[in-house]
Amino acid sequence: MLELLFRFLVGGVFVSLFAALSDLFKPQTFAGLFGAAPSIALATLGLAILREGPGYAAIEAHSMVPGAIAFFLYAACASWVMMRGRANALVATSLALIVWGAAAFGLWLAWWARA
Amino acid sequence: MSKIVVNFDGLRRTRWHEYGIRFLAGGTITALVGIIGKKFGPSIGGLFLAFPAIFPASATLVEKHELEKKRNSGMNGLLRSREVAGVDAAGAVMGSLGLLAFALFVSYLLQREPAWQVLLAGALIWMAVSATVWWICKTI
Repeated sequence: MLELLFRFLVGGVFVSLFAALSDLFKPQTFAGLFGAAPSIALATLGLAILREGPGYAAIEAHSMVPGAIAFFLYAACASWVMMRGRANALVATSLALIVWGAAAFGLWLAWWARA
Repeated sequence: MSKIVVNFDGLRRTRWHEYGIRFLAGGTITALVGIIGKKFGPSIGGLFLAFPAIFPASATLVEKHELEKKRNSGMNGLLRSREVAGVDAAGAVMGSLGLLAFALFVSYLLQREPAWQVLLAGALIWMAVSATVWWICKTI
């Protein structure tokens, strides 16, 4: 339980820090870069290195590759729907999570089937 | 080409409860990634290191702030605010290439070089790749 609380606090700090950086910059496309910051990755990998060692963290980072490709597809889809389809941001970004899930798990299966 | 400007008004415009939402979302997903990793192993857990955890909340805030700005100027601003949120997401598309570079760099070097240095260098590589992609997209 204490470990979960610690994870929660570290993750909250990292995510808030990068989110504040995105508020700080203009133009909006540059600020948007911080939407794809490795905030959760830094918090999680840092804790994994401390508790489980670099080997465990390396396996997590290896699986992060298909997740990052899925993020690219997710953000592209969300951006297109908001700019062209003029959809509400919450609806567009929430529905696009299906794209992330399908791409991440699809690529992960292909990635690990080959590895 | 548009210049990068540091704008402290953006920080002031964000309300305390909005900072709280981001903290809660970030903390919750990091805790969940830990639980997923423990239950299903680091291979599945690692996928979620690139989960767009706070992206819906951030895009909604961008849309909301733009809408408030336009309405304060006496305009409707609904379509404009969605377009701005879309532009923000386009920035995240560029940033995700940096995220991919981070993942490739860290997964390759984590067991070969001192772990903390690799993480720090990975964060710098994310920034460098993202900013370079942004610059290329703005230039062409």
